[in-house]
Amino acid sequence: MEISIIRFPGTNCEVDTYNAVKKVLGITSKILSCKDTTIPKSDLIIIPGGFSYGDYLRSGAIAAREPIMSDLIKKAKNGVNILGICNGFQILTECNLLPGVLLKNNTLKFISKITNIQVTRNDTFFSKDYDKNQSVKIPVAHHDGNYFVDQETLKKIEQNEQVAMRYAEPINGSLNNIAGLYNNKFNILGMMPHPERAIDNQTGTDDGTKLFQSMFKSMSL
Amino acid sequence: MKARVFIRLKSEVLDPQGQAIESSLKNLNENNIKNIRQGKLIEMDIEAKNLEEARKSIENITLKLLANTVIEDYKIEIE
Amino acid sequence: MPDKDIYQSHGINDDEKKLLLDSLGREPTITEIGIFSVMWSEHCSYKSSRYWLKELHTSGKQVIQGPGENAGVVDIGDNQAVIFKMESHNHPSFIEPYQGAATGVGGIMRDVFTMGARPIALLNSLRFGEINHPKTKYLLSGVVGGIGGYGNCVGIPTISGETGFDSSYNGNNLVNAMCVGLTTHDKIFYSKASGIGNPVVYVGAKTGRDGIHGATMASGEFDDESEKNRPTVQVGDPYAEKLLLEACLELMQEDAIVSIQDMGAAGLTSSSVEMADKGQVGIELNLDKIPTRQKNMTAYEMMLSESQERMLMVLTPEKTQLAKEVFEKWGVDFEIVGEITDTNNLVVKHNNKVEANIPITYLTDSAPIYKRDASPRKQKQKSSLIINQDINIKDAILKLLNSPNICSKKWIWEQYDRSIMANTLNPAGDDAGIVRIEGTKKAIAMSSDVNPKYCTADAMKGAKQAVAECWRNIISMGAEPLAITNCLNFGNPEKPEIMYDFVKTIEGITEASKELNFPVVSGNVSLYNETNGKAINNTPTIGGVGLINDISFLEKFGSITEGDQVFLIGNKGKNLSCSAFEEVIMGRNTEDPPDVNLKTEKINGEIVKKLINDQLLSSCHDISDGGLIISICELLIKSNIGADINIANNGDILEELFAENQSRYIVSVSSSNQDKMFEILNNASIEYYHLGNITGNELKVNDKIVISLRELTEAFENLIPELMAS
Repeated sequence: MEISIIRFPGTNCEVDTYNAVKKVLGITSKILSCKDTTIPKSDLIIIPGGFSYGDYLRSGAIAAREPIMSDLIKKAKNGVNILGICNGFQILTECNLLPGVLLKNNTLKFISKITNIQVTRNDTFFSKDYDKNQSVKIPVAHHDGNYFVDQETLKKIEQNEQVAMRYAEPINGSLNNIAGLYNNKFNILGMMPHPERAIDNQTGTDDGTKLFQSMFKSMSL
Repeated sequence: MKARVFIRLKSEVLDPQGQAIESSLKNLNENNIKNIRQGKLIEMDIEAKNLEEARKSIENITLKLLANTVIEDYKIEIE
Repeated sequence: MPDKDIYQSHGINDDEKKLLLDSLGREPTITEIGIFSVMWSEHCSYKSSRYWLKELHTSGKQVIQGPGENAGVVDIGDNQAVIFKMESHNHPSFIEPYQGAATGVGGIMRDVFTMGARPIALLNSLRFGEINHPKTKYLLSGVVGGIGGYGNCVGIPTISGETGFDSSYNGNNLVNAMCVGLTTHDKIFYSKASGIGNPVVYVGAKTGRDGIHGATMASGEFDDESEKNRPTVQVGDPYAEKLLLEACLELMQEDAIVSIQDMGAAGLTSSSVEMADKGQVGIELNLDKIPTRQKNMTAYEMMLSESQERMLMVLTPEKTQLAKEVFEKWGVDFEIVGEITDTNNLVVKHNNKVEANIPITYLTDSAPIYKRDASPRKQKQKSSLIINQDINIKDAILKLLNSPNICSKKWIWEQYDRSIMANTLNPAGDDAGIVRIEGTKKAIAMSSDVNPKYCTADAMKGAKQAVAECWRNIISMGAEPLAITNCLNFGNPEKPEIMYDFVKTIEGITEASKELNFPVVSGNVSLYNETNGKAINNTPTIGGVGLINDISFLEKFGSITEGDQVFLIGNKGKNLSCSAFEEVIMGRNTEDPPDVNLKTEKINGEIVKKLINDQLLSSCHDISDGGLIISICELLIKSNIGADINIANNGDILEELFAENQSRYIVSVSSSNQDKMFEILNNASIEYYHLGNITGNELKVNDKIVISLRELTEAFENLIPELMAS
C-alpha cells in the first residue's frame, strides 16, 4: 500500500499526518517535495495542512500552481484517491478539483477547538468505518475555513450528496455548515478538520482513527 | 511600464472584513459611509512592446494566479 | 564630525559619551556611534540590572546551561533536554500591537531553535490597561491576533499563559512570550565563535530598514509623541521563519556549525559582537555581501537593522558548501559575510571603506554598568481591611468570576492553535499546559505566573509568590518542577524606589528558587515601562517547566464525577489584604500581600504530586486569585458539574472563601481512594479539610448560598466576548 504526502514550503502538518498513518495503520508514507514533477504510483495521496507559501495571495493559491500539481490533477482525474486536509482542502479548490472556495472565517479570527462534526456518508473510500450521520469530535484550527460556492453549484452538491462532513453548529460561516466535501466521483475528499490530530484519546479525541481505518479497508479491497 | 491590478470580491460574496471596517467607522462617528468592501491592489513593472501587449500579459497572469475568478473580479490599469 | 546632539539622539548620556571617547581614543564614525548606542542600550547591555542579576540562583543537577546563552537548557533524562526562555516585546506592542506581538513570538522561537531545539510549545503573559480603557480593545485584538498569526503559521502550539488588566498598564501594555523546545544532549548549539579564518555566514530574510533603533526605543520611556514612532516597529514573516527553522534544524544534523546566534535586538551588531566576545576572538564583516531588500542601505543601517528571521553562523570551512545547499533547498538566503579574526576587534567594511573598527571588549565588558540608587518608597501605614457591611456572597462570587483578571480567556486562547504537533495532552484553561514528548511516555508541563499587585505592594514577597505559584501550577499537573525563566518588567530604574523594588524582586526570586530547587536558567529584563512618568506595576513574570515521567495517570486525571469528595489541602483562608476580593468587591488595596512559607509550600507540593502520581486524585487545582471558592467554581465550570460545600463557620467566612494565602490546593477524590489519601496526608502531617462532595448542577455553600452552573458559567465566560463585540 503506497501513500504519498505532499509537502510545500510552509506546510506544517506533514509530520503529524505521517505519524498518524504510521500509528494507526503501520504504514510508512512517502513525503514528497512539491518541486518533484511526478508522484510515484500511490493508492492514496494526502495534501496535509499548514500555511503553504504563508497563505500569501490566497490560501493554497500558490501551492495549487506548483509543478507537482499537474501530475496530481492527472492522477485525480484517473481516479486515484486524494485526501486534502485543511490547507489541502484549500489547495484542492484552488486547482478546481473540488468546487467552491474557502474564505476567511466570518468571525475574522483564527479558530482552534475540538468540534462536533457529522460524518454524513459511510459508503465512500474514506468513510466505510463510520456510521451514517455519525457524530464525532475532531479538532479544527484555521483562519480561512468558510466554505462558499454559488447557489447553483451548492444545490448540485447537496443533491448529489457530495457533502462529506458538516459542523454541528456554525463556527466559521460555511454555507450549509460544510466542513468536508467530495468531488462528484467520490475519489477526492477535502476536509477542514484535522483527523491526524484525533487518533489518540490522550490528546482529547480519537474519532479521526476511523478515517484512516476506512481508507485502509478500501485500499485492501 | 507600471501596472496595477485591483482585485475585488464579487458582489454576491459576503465580505466580513468590509463589514468590520464599516462598524469601526460607525464607532468613530463616521456615519455617512456605507457598503464598504475590502479588496487587494497588486502593483508591478512590466516590459512589453506596447499597451495592448502589456494588457494581454497582465490579464493572463491575473486569470492564472492573481485573482480567483470563482469569487473575485478585477480591473487592470497600465501607465 | 559627529555633533553634540548626535549622542543624545542615540540614547548616550554625557558620562557614557566620555567613556566612549576615552575607550576609542578618537572621534567615532557614525556607524560606530550606532553600534555603541545599541550595545550600550538598556535592552542589550542590561546596564541597570546586570549588577543584581548575578545574585540569581542558577544551578542544579538538572541544569545543562544557565543564563548567558540564547536560552537555558535543562536535562529531562534519556539523553533529552528542553531549551526555553521568555522575552518581552513591550514597547513595540504598544505602537503596533499585531506586529509587535508577532515579532516577539518570532524572536523567542529563534532564541530556542538557534540552540538546536525544535520548538514544541509557546506560552505568553499579557498585561493590558483597564478593561474599559479606550485603547484596550484595539490592543487586545492586535496582540492576540499577532501571537496567533505568527505561532500558528510556524506550526507550534500555544498552550498556556496569563492575561491581566490593570490601570497601571494603560500607557504600557506588556507582551512576554515564552518558547520551549526539545533536543538531545549531543545536539545543543552555542553562540561562542571560534576558529580563526572560519567563515561568518548570514542566513534568513533580507535586510531592510525596519526596526532601526528598536533597541534604543525599548530602552526609553514613552510620551505623547510615541505614536509617531511607527516606522521603528519590525514586520514579521512567519513563513520565512518556518523555512529558516527547517533549514537550520536540517543543517544541525551535520557537523557544520561552530556557533550560531539569532539576530534579534540590534540585529547584525549584537549577534556578531556577542559571538566574538564569547569566543574571545575578533570578527570582520563585509557589508557588501549582506542580502538587502532595499537599495543603497548604508553601513549604519545594515548594522542596526532589526529585520526579522535572520541568523548568524560560524561554519567549518569544509562544510560551507553543504550548508549552502541545505539553505538553498529551503529557499533561504545564504551568504558568507565575514570571517573570524585574531584581532579581538569588530571590523566593518563597506564599499572598500572601514566603517567601524572597535575592540569588542569596549562594547561588552566596558559597557556601562550602573549600581543605581535603590531606596524604598515612603512606607504607607499598612491599613487593614475593615468590612463593616453585609456582603452578599453569591453576588461577590459572580462578580469575581466576571472580573477581568479572573474571567475566562477563551476568546483569547481559541485563536491559538492548540492541537498542532498532535501532542497537547490537556484542554486550555488548566493550571499549566502539557505537551507529550513524541515517541515516549514523558511530557513537559509549563506555566507562566505573576501577581503584579502583590509585587507592587511588596516586591520581595510578590516575587517569592510568583515563583511559588509557578511551581505549584506545575505540581498541580502531577509534574516535577525543573527550572524557570523570567521576564522582569519594571518602570524607570533611575527612580530609586523602582530600583529598590527590582533589587528586592531578585532577592525574592532567589530565595524561592533555592528553597524549591527551581533554578533560573534564562531570562530577560524590560525597563522604562512608563508613560508620562507613570510606571507599570512591578511585573516579574515567571515561566516554569516541569517533567512528567509517565503520563498514564493523565487518562483518568482531570475528570470529576458525581460522588467525588472535595478537600482543601493547606491551611484555612486568612487575611484578605491584596486579594481579588478586596479589589473587586471592596474597591480597596491595603497592600499587604500573603507571604509564602516556602517550607510549607515544598512539603504540601511534594505530597500533592505523590497523590496525583499514585492516581488517588480525580482532579487538582491550586488556589490563587479569588481564593478557595473561586478555585472550586473554576473546577466546576470546567467539568460542568456541581458541588455541595460546607465551610465550618469557626472563623470569618469571607476570609475562608476568598483569602489568597499560599501553598493550597483544591482536590477531588473518589470515595474509594479517600482512605489511602488520608494515610499519606496524615503521615506527612499536612493540614487538610473536607469541604464537601461533587453533585448535581449547582454550587451550594453551607446550604444557604445556591448558584446554578449556568449562572456560574455565564459570569465566567461573558466578559471578554461582550467587550470585543461591542
